Amino acid sequence: MAETHVMATGVEIRTATGIPTGKMGLWWFLASEIVLFGGLIGAYIMSRLGSGGWSEMAAHLSVPIGTINTFVLLTSSLTMVLAFAAADKGDQKGIRTWLLLTVLLGLAFLIIKGFEWGSEIGAGFTPMAGSFWSFYYTMTGLHALHVLAGVVINLLLFLSALMGLLRGREHRVELAGLYWHFVDIVWIFLFPLLYLSWPKGGL
Amino acid sequence: MSARVEVEERVSFFRTYVFSIDHKMIAKQYLAIGLFWAIVGGLLAYLMRWQLAYPDTEAPGWGFIGPEFYNMVVTMHGTIMVFFVAMPILLGAFGNFLIPLMVGARDMAFPRLNMLSVWTFALSSLVLLISFFVPGGAASAGWTGYPPLSAKPIYTGVNWGLNLWILALALEFTSFLMGGINFLTTTANLRAPGMSMFRLPLLVWMQITAAVLFMLSVGPLIAGAVMLLLDRVVGTSFYLPEGGGDPLLWQHLFWFFGHPEVYVILLPGLGIMLEILPFFSRKPIFGYRPIIYSTIAAGILSFVVWAHHQFLSGMDPRLAMPFSLTTIIISVPFALMVFAMIATLWGGSISFPTPMLFALGTLAVFLIGGLTGIFNGSAPVDIYIHDTYFVVSHFHYTLFSAALFATFAGLYFWFPKMFGRMMNETLGKLHFWLTFFLFNAVFIPMFLLGLGGMMRRIANPMQYDFLQPLQPLNVFATIASILLLLGQIPFVINFFWSLVKGKVAERNPWQANTLEWSAPSPPPHGNFDTVPIVYRGPYEYSHPSVPEDWLPQDRPTMPTLRQSSGQAAAV
Amino acid sequence: MFRWLPEMVSTYGGEIDSMMYLIYYIVGAWFLLTYGAIALFLILYRRREGRRATYIEGNSLREAAWILVPCLVVLALDLWIDFRGGEVWAKVKRQMPPSDLRVQVTAKQFNWEMLYPGPDGQFGTGDDLQLENELHVPVNKVVRVVLKSKDVIHSFFLPHLRLKQDAVPGRAIEAWFEATKPGRYEIPCAELCGFGHSGMNGWLIVHPADEYEKWVKEHWSAS
Repeated sequence: MAETHVMATGVEIRTATGIPTGKMGLWWFLASEIVLFGGLIGAYIMSRLGSGGWSEMAAHLSVPIGTINTFVLLTSSLTMVLAFAAADKGDQKGIRTWLLLTVLLGLAFLIIKGFEWGSEIGAGFTPMAGSFWSFYYTMTGLHALHVLAGVVINLLLFLSALMGLLRGREHRVELAGLYWHFVDIVWIFLFPLLYLSWPKGGL
Repeated sequence: MSARVEVEERVSFFRTYVFSIDHKMIAKQYLAIGLFWAIVGGLLAYLMRWQLAYPDTEAPGWGFIGPEFYNMVVTMHGTIMVFFVAMPILLGAFGNFLIPLMVGARDMAFPRLNMLSVWTFALSSLVLLISFFVPGGAASAGWTGYPPLSAKPIYTGVNWGLNLWILALALEFTSFLMGGINFLTTTANLRAPGMSMFRLPLLVWMQITAAVLFMLSVGPLIAGAVMLLLDRVVGTSFYLPEGGGDPLLWQHLFWFFGHPEVYVILLPGLGIMLEILPFFSRKPIFGYRPIIYSTIAAGILSFVVWAHHQFLSGMDPRLAMPFSLTTIIISVPFALMVFAMIATLWGGSISFPTPMLFALGTLAVFLIGGLTGIFNGSAPVDIYIHDTYFVVSHFHYTLFSAALFATFAGLYFWFPKMFGRMMNETLGKLHFWLTFFLFNAVFIPMFLLGLGGMMRRIANPMQYDFLQPLQPLNVFATIASILLLLGQIPFVINFFWSLVKGKVAERNPWQANTLEWSAPSPPPHGNFDTVPIVYRGPYEYSHPSVPEDWLPQDRPTMPTLRQSSGQAAAV
Repeated sequence: MFRWLPEMVSTYGGEIDSMMYLIYYIVGAWFLLTYGAIALFLILYRRREGRRATYIEGNSLREAAWILVPCLVVLALDLWIDFRGGEVWAKVKRQMPPSDLRVQVTAKQFNWEMLYPGPDGQFGTGDDLQLENELHVPVNKVVRVVLKSKDVIHSFFLPHLRLKQDAVPGRAIEAWFEATKPGRYEIPCAELCGFGHSGMNGWLIVHPADEYEKWVKEHWSAS
């Protein structure tokens, strides 16, 4: 049986499929984002398969730093799940705690990335230094922009929770969580494709 | 559900006309911007045609054109018509206006997102407009923007014009992504009780298929556009071979989107035709379900045909055959739709008011476009006709069917619902006959020019010995195109005059079945007095069980017929 | 319709033209059938007093067969066109016959540079000769062209031979032809390449055998 609820604009809406409308909208948004990153990653893979010398360039990336960042982002997904679990129970304090941690971890990712880029550019590996670098900065840059957007969203939710505005609207934590997990999953693809170089003498 | 809508308190001018979250006003905003760009695009066409017929002379009302400016005119004409005329009118205007009404909703699922989408589109329009006035002029690498020509400013002599072009497109894509989310979510979730998916008007099916195609195809091009901008501005070498890049990468990213994109434009136009043809034949659409399955099949196929734009690009020649195969197969679902239209006419009771004339025009023009596509899809034939005027004519036939003929059919038909008045029939019929004849007069010669080998995007055919004998065709097409532009004047007069002085329209002046006709003309905020309940499909015309030749979707069934009302829609 | 095509002077050009004719007849037949049916129905079934439209939905298999069967015919004809076309495509683009003459054609903004290997048949040696916009070939001989570009994408178009191939910077793309009639034939560029695209034009000069010998002697006198 269909639900109806009143939206913020005062308009009454139905949901003929039973799936909450906000969640459905978000999934369509994520579908278009998947094709965006998919296209970029696909272009990277095809370009790399078609040329040589990329392993040598990729060898200059710092696998330890990449690993740390992966760990940071994965942990932030965990804290996001815990925020959602708290939201499900209506635990306002829990929401605030876990959202704040997610924000801080997201910022940590960006700061580490910033330092990483700084040291790479300092060593002369600019986006113009070769095709691999062009792709590396574009892919991690686009991803970083999405992380930043997610940090902003989570920060806004945290502030709403602080002001008590999240009561009755806890489902927004779930929606933000879906987006955050997507951002994390993109990184899970980027990390091995960029950092975990193919064997020497290979692509 | 029967919640009454609160009577509107007086809302400011800005909230009503500028910052509106009402889907109907947003639709009209898209329409207004689209019509503005249609005039600009039409003027650019005039300049192109003048230069081609009378090279290096002064175009009346403008002045000297010449080869450098010509490239800019060609590029902007294509970009404007595809992204700033066809998409905002067919999807932004018709989609936004009709989807909530036709599914029985009070507005889109995300009205504020909707407002953001039209404002993003307005911003992208502004960026494109500014690009005309920057030093170096506007983009001039073709609407397809192939690198390396587009990737290094020195190759075109255009700097900020192309950067702004990329930016405008990125904003336009964002706008329509937001719109697409609304279309799909609204159709899925906000259908009125009883409105199952298979009781939806075909126009809605076409709009949501177009939205899915757009959502799933534009991502790679956004990635590609970011990469092009970086090549231009930062000095990367995604597409520049001297830096290790590949020009063909752009082509694949562009056309992976570009091909589904043409169906994004075509399907809403066909959707309009699919509503109007059965309506004026007073019988159901023939093959409602086959048409839907065909549309979905065509949508899926549209993702695997893209390299038919690249047969001669230097890509591996072995790829030509698979792409030729998929391309030729995609003609089958569209053939089905054409046959279904013809079968709809059979046994009908057909009248010919202006919307029907334009709907028939859509069918006639689309047929020629589709048939000539077979030539292009055959790889060996494409060796000769690629990048000639044969292709130009083919895509003008297919695009115009949707962007011109279907648009006019839709405007004449839904004008009473949108604006509360009727348009003038006499002016409408005059507009149709002028447009239909003159359109063919412009573009049939172009097939012949293409066969003669005339290349695209050249500013002066007289520079080539083998093209000089064909020049009368160019002159003929130019004269016809000027007359075609002038032939739109009856429409402009009709549109604006009818807005103020047209006959006031009742709720359902056409006696049509779909839900928008149950709302007032024009509908207020919230659309319906009470949310309708749907009892049947949208094409119950000349049903044997009722004396009238129409039977609205929301008229309750007779008590003797066993039908449960108010049931949740089954998908 | 096809009198608009330029004179055809190559070995495979005739097959490309036949493909065009094949498609033209098939498509032409559909055009007449569909337009004829539309015109007929518009007249037969126009609105008349007292006559009601026939209520038919077309969703059942029996009724839908009226549109599904023509679709099967369309599919069959499509496949025929495609398989015939595949053979012609392979001949022009995939099965390059051994060549009697090789020329390197480098496109640039805004003309064609033709590099002839000279009597030794090798590029990059002392007897290479470069001409601008002139491609001299003997009649009835297989010519292999290696296409390159110095800057942007151009397209090597020989309308009278029904040959076209993009020239892409960073690549060396091969194409071939065999001209069947002496004469001068234009080589326009068929891909937008900048503000000089219009007018970017070269000449294919097809010599009868004896004249070709003379031309070679003129340009490589010390052999």
